[in-house]
Amino acid sequence: MGRQAARMNVNGKSYARVIDARLTLADFLRHEINLTGTHVGCEHGVCGACTVLVDGRTARSCLMFAVQANGCEVTTVEGLTPEGKLSVLQQAFIDNHGLQCGFCTPGMLITLTELLRDTPDPSEQEVREALTGNLCRCTGYAGIVAAALDAARRLRDADKQETT
Amino acid sequence: MKPAPFDYHAPRQLKEAAELLAKLPNAKVLAGGQSLVPMMNFRYVIVDHLVDLNGLDELRGIVVGDGRLRIGAMTRQRDIETSPEIQRLCPLMAEALRHVGHRQTRNRGTIGGSLAHADPAAELPAVCAAHDAIVHVASVRGIRQIAFHEFGSGFMATSLAPDEMIAAIDLQLWRQGHGYGFHEFARRQGDFALAGAVALLDIGADNVVRRAGLTLFGIATSPVRVEAAEARLTGQPLDASAIRAASAAARQTEPISDIHASGEYRRHLAQVLSSRALNDAAQRAGVQA
Amino acid sequence: MGAKHFGARVTRLEDPALLAGRGRFVDDVKLPGALHACFVRSPHAHAKLVSIDSKVALIMPGVHAVITAADLPDSMRTRRLPLLLPNPALATTKTQHPLARDEVCYVGQAVAVVIADTRYIAEDAAAAMIVQYDVLPAISDCRTAAEDNAPHVHGDLSSNVAASFRMAYGDTDAAFADAAHVFTEGLWQHRGGGMAMETRAVLASHDPASDLLTVWSGTQTPHLGRQALADLLDRDLQSIRMIAPDVGGGFGPKAIFYPEEAVIPAAALKVARPVKWIEDRREHFLCATQERDQYWEMSIAVDDDAQILGVRGRMLHDTGAYVPWGIVMPYIASTTVPGPYVVPAYQLDTTVVLTNKVPTTPVRGAGRPQAVFAMERLLDRVARELNIDRTEVRRRNLIQPEQMPYEVGLLFRDGKPLVYDSGDYPRVQEKALELADYDGFRERRRAALDEGRFIGIGIANYVEGTGLGPFEGVTVRVLASGKIVVATGATNQGQGTRTTLSQIIAEQTGCRLDDIVMTIGDTGAIAQGVGAFASRQAVNAGSSALIAGQAVRKQLVALAARTLDVPESEIDLDDGQATSRRGNKPSIGFGDLARLAQGIPGVSLPAGQAAGLEHTAYYTPSQAAYCSGTHVVEVQVDAMTGGVKILRYTVAHDAGRVINPLIVDGQVQGGVAHGIGNALLEWMQYDANAQPLTTSFADYMLPMATDVPTCAIAHVEIVNPLNPLGVKGAGEGGTIPAPAAIISAIEDALTPFGVHFAETPLTPERIVAAMRAAGAYERLFAA
Repeated sequence: MGRQAARMNVNGKSYARVIDARLTLADFLRHEINLTGTHVGCEHGVCGACTVLVDGRTARSCLMFAVQANGCEVTTVEGLTPEGKLSVLQQAFIDNHGLQCGFCTPGMLITLTELLRDTPDPSEQEVREALTGNLCRCTGYAGIVAAALDAARRLRDADKQETT
Repeated sequence: MKPAPFDYHAPRQLKEAAELLAKLPNAKVLAGGQSLVPMMNFRYVIVDHLVDLNGLDELRGIVVGDGRLRIGAMTRQRDIETSPEIQRLCPLMAEALRHVGHRQTRNRGTIGGSLAHADPAAELPAVCAAHDAIVHVASVRGIRQIAFHEFGSGFMATSLAPDEMIAAIDLQLWRQGHGYGFHEFARRQGDFALAGAVALLDIGADNVVRRAGLTLFGIATSPVRVEAAEARLTGQPLDASAIRAASAAARQTEPISDIHASGEYRRHLAQVLSSRALNDAAQRAGVQA
Repeated sequence: MGAKHFGARVTRLEDPALLAGRGRFVDDVKLPGALHACFVRSPHAHAKLVSIDSKVALIMPGVHAVITAADLPDSMRTRRLPLLLPNPALATTKTQHPLARDEVCYVGQAVAVVIADTRYIAEDAAAAMIVQYDVLPAISDCRTAAEDNAPHVHGDLSSNVAASFRMAYGDTDAAFADAAHVFTEGLWQHRGGGMAMETRAVLASHDPASDLLTVWSGTQTPHLGRQALADLLDRDLQSIRMIAPDVGGGFGPKAIFYPEEAVIPAAALKVARPVKWIEDRREHFLCATQERDQYWEMSIAVDDDAQILGVRGRMLHDTGAYVPWGIVMPYIASTTVPGPYVVPAYQLDTTVVLTNKVPTTPVRGAGRPQAVFAMERLLDRVARELNIDRTEVRRRNLIQPEQMPYEVGLLFRDGKPLVYDSGDYPRVQEKALELADYDGFRERRRAALDEGRFIGIGIANYVEGTGLGPFEGVTVRVLASGKIVVATGATNQGQGTRTTLSQIIAEQTGCRLDDIVMTIGDTGAIAQGVGAFASRQAVNAGSSALIAGQAVRKQLVALAARTLDVPESEIDLDDGQATSRRGNKPSIGFGDLARLAQGIPGVSLPAGQAAGLEHTAYYTPSQAAYCSGTHVVEVQVDAMTGGVKILRYTVAHDAGRVINPLIVDGQVQGGVAHGIGNALLEWMQYDANAQPLTTSFADYMLPMATDVPTCAIAHVEIVNPLNPLGVKGAGEGGTIPAPAAIISAIEDALTPFGVHFAETPLTPERIVAAMRAAGAYERLFAA
């Protein structure tokens, strides 16, 4: 029953596998192609630890089957990390104590990547509302919100510098 | 929490999807997956065949017609939320969508999926009820229409046959300049509502209510139009006492009771939220009640 | 201390790898040939286990084994999990068997485990197992558990009372008899679970050549786990290595030794392949330990000036079906009630009862939130009845700084008399009130009322015994490469252990932070360890890091002085170099010193020189370190829906010397989030048959980013005189007084309606019910 071909790009690299239809995208990423940065926290679509980008939009990878990502561009936390260094958003997390155990963090980074791309100058309330789909049990969110606002500011400043 | 095994099918056309649904035993359609896949992961739902509708481009899109908006069943909630047509013609829908789950769930979730899942506390079915929606249902037998008030058939059940799927939803639009109000009470942002009220008011220049709509959700097993409230408001000048009376009528709706809220509390919320929704609708229609 | 690192807001060393998705949690550890496990669990809260039929499961493709109690090694089949905290008050010492043998006593208790190629297949096979049960009556409500004809939680225990004990000092009878005023409160308090984002996980692998059994577990206490496993398997300690890698949150429940931590290693031995078990969230709701219900009946006696004369009452505690951590939680609760106040006479009678639910063990706060809630609600009651400001009532009763060290009169759970070593409670309260602009609240409330909004302010104080023993060790060793290798029994679930200990060691030795290579939570790296709970690691491991660092510093200085031929007093250590202050400032790197310290084969070391550059310290505290704090919370209540919004949250706290303010603030902020959850959202609900009703994140509500404001936090550093660092624990203070302060604020907001609350979680529905009972809606609906 149910073996299927899965063919997708993940972080710009193409993968083709034959897998069970019921293998979730989260499990495919973690165990089939060994990108363990995406985490599984609930498997029912609430905690957001498994959040990835599918064709540029956030999605809960525990609620998608890998075969559904056929022909799609998937971005995971590994894909957000420039080679050998950290992104502006990641550095902002360090500077603002935006993580403690780190388990929810990849999902947070993906969600905030989408937010900052679509809303480069968010208010604190907009940041908090954008984060409601990602649960954190360690930080009490303050450091994550501060990191998001800090990163937004730094990215806007960098944009300004580029255009001047 | 892994799902039980199934065969996966990815049709590219509605006709193909309908045929698959007709011939495959114990088959379900997969739309956004935000409600179905959790149930599959919990093994509350076990299917032998999953028919993925995400490849059906013909079921996506928003088309403006004569006094109505037709939304394809597979249109993503996020796309409805950001649609200029929706914001212009059906602002209630845009407002309601801000309360539907979270960005990640709206990116994948569809309007068809929400209606088919029929959670009593879901916002989209309430908006459809408020707009006297017509549901277009497809199967190998062709397309049929179901009026929204006949669409729900009990707790998380609809009148869809096992081999039918929603193809599109028509919202009957209200006159430009109508007032709308949306209030729900949920424990946290994006949660299913414990109760919610949707108000639509078409008010004439003389402050007389030409048409009133009050829909409750989260109170009963499916959205309820509070006809007593609507009758009380229609043809009358809109003032505070009319809103009070209409809200009191909302309280009479027979409520469900579960671990999230008792019936008694739901009745109370029905009254409170109806009042707020009607006040907002009045204000948006340009009337100070 | 001339702090370069200590006290600085050093950004965390843990962060870069975690941010890049290169964390190493148990499920990220991939061993070739590993098989996957799925447990078969009881669907009944109480039943006789009659038979297990695995015939169908075993023939399914990809299934390698099914293990029941009968298939476990003899030692494990017959023994029970350890009881880590015995207490003479315990009437029963019952803990679980690793797999149930004849009886199951809570929904989710494991009866078998399936080992298969994948978790998917293992779940299919688990669903095909046929298990016969004879269902027995179950106790769900702890209040009925203690009644005479209540059904038995265990078939072989005729009473459901697990313990009953009294905590008392002074003469409460006299205090109450003569008191001008006596007030009584009945309180229900529920706390849910730790609910870390990472569920539990165990991976076990046996190497037959070395007979080493390696177990990765998402645990807070790998050394304790190794000991428990050694006892259950009848193996020598050194033949087991337990590793806690990156762990995604702990908060208490992961400090327990669980059945799965015994069964998975046994399975790995049996199938001769590595076996991995990753708990799913539903299992976590059923089987991870939690706190749960307590019912309190408390009275306070005061004079006309609101001076406390005595406090007494009764408390009923639900311990669940087993007692793996004894009665530590209700014990802590009963010793926490007096708090920072002068209470001349005190008496609390506690009854601990069994129920057919998962055992309760400490969750962040460990029984203290409940005690603080009881005391603070009593003080609010005094304030309301005597018409005195709530902060003034507290001010009049706080222990004064000149009374330190203050002997409360009880024995704390660390076995020592409860003596507050240091603290300035009045100053901390004042600081919190100032930071919260308490004086300005009257005006804020007036402005809100003008707009039809109901806002309120609440306050709560707490004292917490932290830094509990017995010890935590740190080894510091300088390598010839210049790296500083550190090993510790302390563990990390997000509290930044690596960073804080590195700060201390770098401060002491003068090495570079980046040169420290630290192994945390690995029994193979350091001989003895205890682990993370009771906010103990900064005190214990921190002090050991200080002592070991100081010892290595002495060795570095001595060896450098000898090598550079200068007096020791001339040597400075900084940036990984030992430099003489004299002349042309000769200098030698730590790596070179380490190489010298290794000596030359066959040649004796110079007199006075020790081998290598290393030291292991096991700091043992003489007693708990008492931190304290005050929370002030401002809320807005929607009087019509009962919805609560927290507008402002202020914390002042004394955690002694602060090693890293970034990390301590993070702990406070994170703790407050748990407290908000306890106060308003988190409720593990069961039905009358002890069936869990809230088994997913849809039903059990955790605070989201829109529920937890950013706190204003002030540190008041009252140095702890009892440990060399001067620190106190900081992990739980954010949680402990939060429910008390929040409920106080809600009640304050609704003062116009005269409603009163003495329960947590306080849901909007309960607020509305109280308002209705007070006749509030006649007036409000008419408005």
